[in-house]
Amino acid sequence: MKKVRIGLLYSRVRAEEKMLIQAIKQHGGVTLELLCTNDLVLDFGDLPDVDVVLDREISQSRALHVLNMLERSGVKAVNSYDTARIGGDKVLTSQQLAKAGVPTPRIKVAFSRKSALSAVEELGYPAILKPVDGSWGRLMAKIENRTAAEAILEHKSHLGSHYHSVFYIQEFVDKPDRDIRAFVIGGTTVAAAYRSADHWLTNAALGAKTYPCPITPELDALCTKACRAVGGDAIAVDLMETGNGLTVHEVNCAMEFKASMKAVQTDLPALLIEHCVRVGKEKESGGIHE
Amino acid sequence: MTNCPECGGALELSAEVMAHEIIDCTACGAELEVTSIKPLTLALAPDEEEDWGE
Repeated sequence: MKKVRIGLLYSRVRAEEKMLIQAIKQHGGVTLELLCTNDLVLDFGDLPDVDVVLDREISQSRALHVLNMLERSGVKAVNSYDTARIGGDKVLTSQQLAKAGVPTPRIKVAFSRKSALSAVEELGYPAILKPVDGSWGRLMAKIENRTAAEAILEHKSHLGSHYHSVFYIQEFVDKPDRDIRAFVIGGTTVAAAYRSADHWLTNAALGAKTYPCPITPELDALCTKACRAVGGDAIAVDLMETGNGLTVHEVNCAMEFKASMKAVQTDLPALLIEHCVRVGKEKESGGIHE
Repeated sequence: MTNCPECGGALELSAEVMAHEIIDCTACGAELEVTSIKPLTLALAPDEEEDWGE
């Protein structure tokens, strides 16, 4: 049987990439091509010849360019360019989640300090200011009052990148000292972990502790719906528990799972590779995968 | 076997170490990147870029 050729797109080899490479080697039905963007030179007429590209690129801008070029040459991407674009932009993510009826915190988007201040005051204090394209809790601010709002918005306006001229303001969700990270692969919620911290930010990147979270029917339904909303194949969905049930505040396309795997018993790398194999085989057979 | 470029501590790396692999120095905790396999070379990992993440 013909082996599925998986291209692993990356620029840094972290624990997750090592685990994925190991899973590929153990699979038997897969060949691996390393697509390191530090070395990659792409030519429209000479693109990597793989069946599936698994996006593990840490740089959003690099990932988008490569995924776009490869997809247009017929390569299947996990996740797709469109999904990566949506997942990497909080405005697009919020829009897709809301459109699909996925409970998600209320947001406002503004483009000047003055209108951003109005937006913050409309949402009420505390409010959360996030960069449109941030990750790992980077440059997030919990704005407690008007004085803080004025200072934070002024500082943000001096950050220089055009992305910082878009103010993404989210309502503060009063949650327990934890959030949930759930992993959806191939349309199924395969694992979930609580992330707990004393701080209001519960990113594993910032040191949050992880422990198992049961996959309830509510959690599964919401996570798979969120994944479909962004067109995802393999998504890490971040949720918060509120008095009115679960709410999805973020989706992550090049999911990190090292911290969560300390808590869950699921072999996420193996499931991810198995999904890539399915995608590759469907491509071969001319089938449609979602 | 190699040495941490930050603290000079000895580091034993796996035989399967890869270029661009991220390694934490066990002595000083510095985040290092394998910049070359042959010869085996380590450098401080680059600072987080604005578009990095998941």
